[in-house]
Amino acid sequence: MRFGILRFPGSCDETDAQQAAAKVGDAELLWHADRDLRGVDAIIVPGGFSYGDYLRAGAIARFSPVMESVIEFAQDGGLVLGICNGFQVLCEAGLLPGALLPNANLHFTSRQVDLEVVSRDTAFTRACEEGELLSIPAKHQSGRYWAPDSQLDQLEADGQVVLRYARGHNFNGSARDIAGVRNTAGNVFGLMPHPEHAVDAFTGSTDGLAIFASMRMAVEGVHA
Amino acid sequence: MRARVLIRPKAGILDPQGVAVERALPALGFAGASDVHVGRLVELDVADASQLDEMCRRLLANPLVEDYEIQYL
Repeated sequence: MRFGILRFPGSCDETDAQQAAAKVGDAELLWHADRDLRGVDAIIVPGGFSYGDYLRAGAIARFSPVMESVIEFAQDGGLVLGICNGFQVLCEAGLLPGALLPNANLHFTSRQVDLEVVSRDTAFTRACEEGELLSIPAKHQSGRYWAPDSQLDQLEADGQVVLRYARGHNFNGSARDIAGVRNTAGNVFGLMPHPEHAVDAFTGSTDGLAIFASMRMAVEGVHA
Repeated sequence: MRARVLIRPKAGILDPQGVAVERALPALGFAGASDVHVGRLVELDVADASQLDEMCRRLLANPLVEDYEIQYL
């Protein structure tokens, strides 16, 4: 399968995402000004500071030419993974519910976090076990997940909460410890921590690989 | 037409910037400031003022988490 990783001015994690995806398939970069997604099977919207994060994180990137194509791709059922700034972009684009607000303590924080797999019945976590803890780095200043209570209730009832920060790991103040959510259809998923930085034992954890491996399984129709 | 858009965090959503300012004021000797909130101000010239509300909803503010108020100058 082929992954397409978006590159905006200000992206900084697209190369790591490409290398992580390349461990389970082919991976190429897609420039923000191009509308052509080159027939890839899945899209990754990477971390960084797209368009400088001016105004609000993700607010301007969401109107880029490539994102117009990604929105159509997602509406047609294509798999889209948003990591960190990519999660913010997908929320701003309305492809995912909620918003990412400044961390409750206002600090930029870079640390390893444990994430609990709440649901493995998704295209992004099917290589995981339910309740499994994934050790993955997080690094951001605006990662406090927020949505109105009624919407949070709905997300939980519909199984759209895919990952939660384990007890003691919710450093940004996210509502209900939510670290990653999917859309109703299940083909769009975003999380603040960085699975692409946890794919090699050299950097301490390979737990992030499961996200990319899950996407490959989903594209190939494998249900583990 | 010159317009000013005031953008505020919605009531009820934790506003850590407001909290930080509120805590900093007593440290400087200013007592009695409370319920501090920090927002954003956008000033712009618009050719067609009827588009301003949509500009706010689609870009200048995130209506899920922010309220906005348009003033004409």
